[in-house]
Amino acid sequence: MRRNFLILLIGLIVLAPVPFLTDTYVLRLGTTALMYVSLSLAWNMIGGFAGYPSFGMAAFFGLGAYASGILQVNGFAGPVGWIGAGLVGLAFALALGAVVLRLRGHAFAIATLVVAEVLKEITNAWNSLTGGGMGLNMPYQKMDPIAGARIYFYAMLACATISLAATILVAGSKLGFALRTIKQNEDAASMVGVNTTTAKVIAFALSGALGALVGGVYTSWINFIEPADVYDPLFSIKPIVMVLLGGSGTVFGPVLGAAAFLLLDEIVWRNFLETHTGILGLVIVLLILFLPKGLGSLSWPRLLQRSAR
Amino acid sequence: MSAALLELDRVGRTFGGVRAVHDVSLKIQEGEIVGLIGPNGAGKTTLINAITGVPPPTSRRLRYRGTAIGHKKPNHIAALGLARTFQVVQPFPDMTVLENVMAGSLFAGGSASMADARDAAREQLEFTGLAPLADRPASKLTLANRKRLELAKSLAMRPKLLLLDEVNAGLNSAEVNQALELIGKIRARGITILIIEHLLKVVLTLCPRIVVLHHGELIADDAANDVVRDPKVIEAYLGSKFAERYGARHG
Ligand SMILES: Nc1ncnc2c1ncn2[C@@H]1O[C@H](COP(=O)(O)OP(=O)(O)OP(=O)(O)O)[C@@H](O)[C@H]1O
Ligand SMILES: [Mg+2]
Repeated sequence: MRRNFLILLIGLIVLAPVPFLTDTYVLRLGTTALMYVSLSLAWNMIGGFAGYPSFGMAAFFGLGAYASGILQVNGFAGPVGWIGAGLVGLAFALALGAVVLRLRGHAFAIATLVVAEVLKEITNAWNSLTGGGMGLNMPYQKMDPIAGARIYFYAMLACATISLAATILVAGSKLGFALRTIKQNEDAASMVGVNTTTAKVIAFALSGALGALVGGVYTSWINFIEPADVYDPLFSIKPIVMVLLGGSGTVFGPVLGAAAFLLLDEIVWRNFLETHTGILGLVIVLLILFLPKGLGSLSWPRLLQRSAR
Repeated sequence: MSAALLELDRVGRTFGGVRAVHDVSLKIQEGEIVGLIGPNGAGKTTLINAITGVPPPTSRRLRYRGTAIGHKKPNHIAALGLARTFQVVQPFPDMTVLENVMAGSLFAGGSASMADARDAAREQLEFTGLAPLADRPASKLTLANRKRLELAKSLAMRPKLLLLDEVNAGLNSAEVNQALELIGKIRARGITILIIEHLLKVVLTLCPRIVVLHHGELIADDAANDVVRDPKVIEAYLGSKFAERYGARHG
């Protein structure tokens, strides 16, 4: 655990000066990357550690985005909105988890998939509070573009740091151990005394709180939110692909996977995936079939040897 | 007489319309070792499942040390000191042997920390002879060792009552003898045992008292020597024709 925190610290030291060395374009990419790192770590709590295939990240992200947005429109400062978003996400995940975590496998996946759609419809309909389909504009703040870019880079860096620190703590704790036994054999876990319900609900609540926190920061960063944007199913699917790519149920796999995915997206595919969601589905299937434990599990030295020949 | 360690009062379990276990009443006293036998499909595993709560019984009058446990969740039942092994072994396949056993000591064995749990688990690995395999993934073990892992895991829970489901099935005779020795050592620790066992030789060696299930019902509960002579039991095992002939010759 100490080693993992050391790696986190080194990462922070490396990233801290970045906003003062680059332009707004690179900062925007960096902020996006940190956002997906956070979402991947959030998904890993329930999907990776406990093995419950949640498709609900968009629900938490969107809910957090709107909680933060509504607070800010009503005069609260950004950071208040972010913390509010995290708390709303936590409460919603606790309530939702107590219900849907009774389901397993496909049934659980489908139940979580529906939640974002339902929230989107509610947001659309509840005009007086959410602005409905017209979206919600954040109060105007006069700010130098580069200063704003720097602030939101650091805000997302804070989200990623909190997510990674929570992941490190969970992985090294009794809770993390309980989640691993649940992933491997839930009935056997309960027979050795694991309170499976409590462990799963806590993991789901952490996942939801982190996802909503990230959504809350997103609102301030983008300045304008609308239901179709923040409840986009891609916010559910991309973190899953990233985690599978990097190594599910590991501490740094989600970080690695998010970075690898975005690098490919930026350099090779040029946002190809945004418009061709079908390809994304194919990538998921291929990953599960051929790389079930993620990039981190590949034997890199052997691969290099082979390609050197 | 003091309360029994475990008391079943007309416990049942149905699957759809099928009564896999029906109206079973049974008391086990502290310190006993009781054999549970019966033909294939008699409901023995279902009965142990009902006691430990996965899946729970359909009629739930069970008492453990006087406390009703029929409505408790499996993890609470485990924490009270009831541990079991599975006929079809249920390891955590991708975790090491040591981690598998740690799970028992961490969640039901009263270990305060991960480090404590690890120490307690090592002790059980020594006891069961699995210590050299501590760092293997559980999925890489032979059947005999997986059965032993089941034992080590349940012992790490520091049980007062141990429910053993066919710990010897599929083992060769040398392995059976090792397992018998191990069960003897567990007995010496003062742990009460209910053991399901196909090998009559094993049951007769270990258990002064035997209960017999047939079609989900308890048809005998008596001293071992009487049970094996009971015509009802012979009939259950060998069919009625044979029992008649056997009875005519010996009766
Ligand atoms: N989950 C289930 N769903 C439906 N029927 C079941 C289930 N589990 C057990 N049964 C049925 O209940 C009856 C008792 O099965 P059980 O496994 O308890 O027998 P057993 O005495 O342990 O047999 P064996 O000696 O083969 O282990 C069988 O007829 C079986 O088919
Ligand atoms: Mg059985």
